[in-house]
Amino acid sequence: MSHSPAVVTHDQVHNPALQHHFATMEQQQEASTMGMWVFLITEIMFFGGMFTAYMVYRYMYYQAFVAGSEKMDFWWGTINTVVLICSSLTMALAVRSSQIGQRKALVVLLIITMLFGCVFMGIKAIEYTGHWKEHQFPGTNFHFEGPDPQHVEIFFSLYWAMTGFHALHMLIGIIIVGVIAFYSWRGKYGPDYYNPVENVGLYWHFVDMVWIYLYPLLYLISHKHGG
Amino acid sequence: MATSPTPAAERENYLNTEYGIRSWLLTTDHKRIALLYLLLITFFFFIGGFFALLIRLELLTPAGDLVQADTYNKLFTMHGQVMVFFFLIPAIPAVLGNFLIPIMIGAKDLAFPRINLFSWYLLVIGGLLMMYTILTGGADTGWTFYPPFSTAFAKSQVVTAALAIFVAGFSSILTGLNFIVTIHRMRAPGMTWSRLPLFVWANYATSIIQVLGTPVLAITLMLVALDRLFAFGIFDPQRGGDPLLFQHLFWFYSHPAVYIMILPGMGVVSEVVSCFSRKRIFGYKFMALALIAIAVLGFLVWAHHMFVAGISLYAALVFSLLSYLVAVPSAIKVFNWTATMYKGSISYATPMLYAFGFIGLFTMGGLTGLFLAALGVDVHVTDTYFVIAHFHYIMVGGMVMAYIGGLHFWWPKISGRMYPEAWGKLAALIIFVGFNLTFFPQFVLGYLGMPRRYWQYSPEFQVLNVLSTAGATILAVGYVLPMVYFLWSMRYGKVADENPWGAAGLEWMTASPPPTFNFDETPVVTWEAYDYANLKEVPVEP
Repeated sequence: MSHSPAVVTHDQVHNPALQHHFATMEQQQEASTMGMWVFLITEIMFFGGMFTAYMVYRYMYYQAFVAGSEKMDFWWGTINTVVLICSSLTMALAVRSSQIGQRKALVVLLIITMLFGCVFMGIKAIEYTGHWKEHQFPGTNFHFEGPDPQHVEIFFSLYWAMTGFHALHMLIGIIIVGVIAFYSWRGKYGPDYYNPVENVGLYWHFVDMVWIYLYPLLYLISHKHGG
Repeated sequence: MATSPTPAAERENYLNTEYGIRSWLLTTDHKRIALLYLLLITFFFFIGGFFALLIRLELLTPAGDLVQADTYNKLFTMHGQVMVFFFLIPAIPAVLGNFLIPIMIGAKDLAFPRINLFSWYLLVIGGLLMMYTILTGGADTGWTFYPPFSTAFAKSQVVTAALAIFVAGFSSILTGLNFIVTIHRMRAPGMTWSRLPLFVWANYATSIIQVLGTPVLAITLMLVALDRLFAFGIFDPQRGGDPLLFQHLFWFYSHPAVYIMILPGMGVVSEVVSCFSRKRIFGYKFMALALIAIAVLGFLVWAHHMFVAGISLYAALVFSLLSYLVAVPSAIKVFNWTATMYKGSISYATPMLYAFGFIGLFTMGGLTGLFLAALGVDVHVTDTYFVIAHFHYIMVGGMVMAYIGGLHFWWPKISGRMYPEAWGKLAALIIFVGFNLTFFPQFVLGYLGMPRRYWQYSPEFQVLNVLSTAGATILAVGYVLPMVYFLWSMRYGKVADENPWGAAGLEWMTASPPPTFNFDETPVVTWEAYDYANLKEVPVEP
């Protein structure tokens, strides 16, 4: 601590959430938001590798991919899509609540977001169990009645890998929304400091966006709904 | 300097502000984290070097007499994986970049100090996995993990090696992310983009590659692991998978990765050449743009690793042409370093000797890269020692030279002490001689047709191989020397003042070693980068 009066005036505007190495709250917020966006770019590249593999194999084995897609449960997939879109809405509303300082609404909305996330994971677990029982997990367990079972297996390999990594991201999302909900309940966030809520929101929306692409690519190739 | 320097111990600085193991393992100070990285990667440098020496010993004689063929496969695999992912990629960014970037831009720390510490722990975890891999028999796929060998046939620790690299990759991603945000958001007042030292530009370009490329490697290695663990068959040709797809995904990262391993070195050389020529760097803007151009072009050339793998001729033509394009920004760098020295007042301090070494050896490594980008020549020398010599000229002759040269240049800042100059020059000379003796014969061997990755060879190749092994022995001595005298100098070296080289740049305007928050007051920059012409007018902190 310096004894000069200049430092005292600096401390008057000092927000307790301001970390020592930033000059202002604005700088801190800009840095952490940018950090989150850069991180999401790395996530796009991560999933991009699998989407590339999907494109290549779908081009090579289109009929097999249609056959695999017919084994997807259209309704569970659709319900899960709706669940995730709703969770993005509650997440966006939660960010707004933190910005205008509504602590109770913030906590409730974050918990609802988590619940939507859990519903998604539950439905995914039901689907996974079904696919496992139907011998649709690749490897020695795999069995498919119909033409070209080998390439249908590649469809299922990609299905498990892509939805599996997505589910892992959902799980991480549910945990960090929980952490943020806890700190919100403790009153850490408000109009002066809502950056962590906003960043978790960005992550949550990103994970939703990945599903928005996975859903048509995996469930809707066959154009035959229901069944 | 007007006053004689005070010994570091009498002033509070980042080294003596706290003591004890906790103050290091839980630090968020970028300078202390840089030293943690220095320890970690030095350890892995010697592990990787140990494998290299065993390889060279085996190749001393044409017969496969020292180790079995399978063991030899593991030796070069572990050498490659350890050196690439646990030494070269973190080397300059995580050690020198971590230490210097915040100081060079006038910031107190990186934007995310805790993520910075977390990155180090990720590399530790990845390193432990790698050590586990080594101690349980190692992997034998080559550092490239090519399927279907890696997924269906290899009977070695492929999964743990892939996991080790996966975890180390996230260390690299988070370091890059931290640098990008820091350089965008943490610059001191007046430190505009056109005033950034080229070392900062170089690390910025490197960070772009780390952030965009590494995640692709991560998912690719995960797919290989899933293939091995659960027989996913995504890359298995017997089940309709496409091994070429693996190669595309792998090289989409791993070609840009070789620029992760050279761009930061170019940053070091720019600082050193400018300082020891007492001149502003020639063509600053072109130098900065060339770094970014190399990073961007680096993403468009990956399939030149696959010319003989069965890609279409038209794709090969396009990738060949694009590969030639990388030569343009690379040549701009070499010409501009030379032009910086032209009519400069050159002094031959140790860091400058390393810079000379870098420029010459990088030029040779770069030009032989053009041979390999040429479709016809590439067919002749693919998978021969020509390729080995080419990339060792870039990575060892280029990057390791720049890294060790940079360590010498900034050692007074890091430790507060000078290294012994005569020993420094001697070590630089030994490394230069040892390096060329090791790797130049390999160009010839490759051109004559000696293939890589074999533990025995035809007797007519022996003379050149003996030369190479002799060179490797000399090189090893050259690498041990600096480690010894750096350690010695921490206690007995001459005390360094804040700017022993009379260099420009913010890092030379704060104490050696710097205080924890780098500057007593946030500096305000009113001068251009490398302002050697007006250096005396640069306001030095009272």
